Amino acid sequence: MELVLVLLIGVLYSAGFFLILRRSMVKLLLGITFLGYGVNLLIFLLGRITKGKPPVIDETANFFTDLYADPIPQALILTAIVISFGLQSFAIVLLKRVYALLGSDDLDDLNTPEDDDI
Amino acid sequence: MIENLIILPVIAQLFIAIFLLIFWRNTGLQKLVSVFGSILAMLAAIWLFAKVWGEGIHIMNAGNWNAPFGIVFVADVFSSTMVLLSSIAGLAVSIFATASVSRQRAQYGFFPVFHLLIMGLNGAFLTGDIFNLYVWFEVIIISSFVLLTLGGRKGQIEGAVKYMAMNILASMIFLTGIGMLYGITGTLNMADLALKVAAVENRNLINLTAVFFIVGFGIKSAVFPLYFWLPSSYHTPPSAVAAIFGGLLTKVGIYALFRIFTLIFVPDLFLETLFIVIAVLTIMTGAFGAAIKQNIRRMFSYLIVCHIGFMVAGLGLFNKVAMMGALFYLIHDIVIKTNLFLVAGVIRNIGGSMYLDKLGGLYANWPKTSILMAIVLFSLVGIPPLSGFWPKIYLFEGGFMEANYFFVGALIIGSFVTLYAIARLWVGAFWKDAPDEEIDRSAVFGVMDFVRWPRAKQSLLIIPIILLAVVSLYFGLFAEHIVVLVDHIAEEMIDPTPYIQAVLGKNYSP
Repeated sequence: MELVLVLLIGVLYSAGFFLILRRSMVKLLLGITFLGYGVNLLIFLLGRITKGKPPVIDETANFFTDLYADPIPQALILTAIVISFGLQSFAIVLLKRVYALLGSDDLDDLNTPEDDDI
Repeated sequence: MIENLIILPVIAQLFIAIFLLIFWRNTGLQKLVSVFGSILAMLAAIWLFAKVWGEGIHIMNAGNWNAPFGIVFVADVFSSTMVLLSSIAGLAVSIFATASVSRQRAQYGFFPVFHLLIMGLNGAFLTGDIFNLYVWFEVIIISSFVLLTLGGRKGQIEGAVKYMAMNILASMIFLTGIGMLYGITGTLNMADLALKVAAVENRNLINLTAVFFIVGFGIKSAVFPLYFWLPSSYHTPPSAVAAIFGGLLTKVGIYALFRIFTLIFVPDLFLETLFIVIAVLTIMTGAFGAAIKQNIRRMFSYLIVCHIGFMVAGLGLFNKVAMMGALFYLIHDIVIKTNLFLVAGVIRNIGGSMYLDKLGGLYANWPKTSILMAIVLFSLVGIPPLSGFWPKIYLFEGGFMEANYFFVGALIIGSFVTLYAIARLWVGAFWKDAPDEEIDRSAVFGVMDFVRWPRAKQSLLIIPIILLAVVSLYFGLFAEHIVVLVDHIAEEMIDPTPYIQAVLGKNYSP
């Protein structure tokens, strides 16, 4: 299981960085999304994967006597998912606006001479 | 109960923002609420600073979950100083915005988002939990996205794409670092991390994790070679937004670098060398970028980059004197960079342009305003006894103590090129005769014509500049007060034991 996740994280990170380096804005967006998934899985993996051991202390004991699934990484991922959802929806709207203004999907076209306002 | 009040500066900004949302339609009332709210928030920040300065470090355990298990807010002298400075800058910009932000922008929620941005900054300064720091960074960047794009001009949108892409990337890299740190130590509390990271034997793994933090915060604070997004986006938004960005957004990255790299990763030879190399290259590229730009705000953007290098160098030299210099520079820089962009806004409002070749004759026509701007510009250059001078003395001494002449050389060149850039600005915009062709003022400004405004409205743009200029004059003329302050902060940084004991209880020590 760990090995599969490690490979998947590697693929997501490399795909994400590759797409961010492309000139197309849609690919930039996909790259950011992939990186977000990669980070979330990384936190999940580094929190140690433990199957079928809920983080509940036994009634008779005062502390954990066995391995248990760490709930913190899941809380972190949940927060990170919500945040990246917000950021990505903002990014989509922004890039749509750019497309409407410029009529182009190419990041290299973002260099119109500076207008002089405010 | 009283401990819970240390997050008052955060709560105050949140309530102002909510209160402003109630008056969504009434922009006139929004302006009033924004200014008075900022004054109250500044009083809260002053109270917090006085309390922390008098009584030592205060902590608040959120939800009464004791550290290291719950989220903890820590107000030590460093963070409360930063909160105070951000409140002062916030007040100045909020006054400036009442007159300079256009009606459309105010109607689309400029003021609430502005206060949410300041809330995010204060939260980032006060938190003692590294994941919580990430969340505050996200609050900051999402608010800054809105402020940057509000108005939707082509240049703004283009700048926003670069800004957005780089900042989201920085957050991802920062989050990767947090994930690795959690994997190594199993904790997120900064004080607890300080103890656990110090105990890890595999130093290469720790240095690898540290590099993630350097890159993440490096993008946010715009160090070489990660700064390119800054000069290509900071010249696009309205002056009020550019001022708060230039004054505070890069500095929160520097704050995080100082916090993380004095508490959690104490620099070893590898990190010190890395910081010095970054600092020297940042100073050089920023300085030479500023020297050639015709657009005033682009020039100031490169000066931000240049002066970020001075602060990073404090971490690289890592002795007390250099740290004091870097911290003094940080305090000075927040006030002066905010003021610089406000000055740029007024210059543009008077002259009708941001380009040096289209400006001129400011001194002849506006002598009093020009003298005020001269104080700001000379403080930036660091002409003694103004505020830019004293931190550089400490940085020089720190550089000589480490025998790091490489950095001392860069510092001298950086300071001289700053002087050159400001002299060029002074000659181009103030002394030179006004260009021959008259600009069509009504076409450029519409209703926003500063020259035709009534005097009361004009003074709304000048008062914040005076306010910040007085603060930086205080930093310069009463430098001994600031030296006592930065001496205290540098002490806390070099020996973080009081911080750790305040958070985790008296029994812990490194």
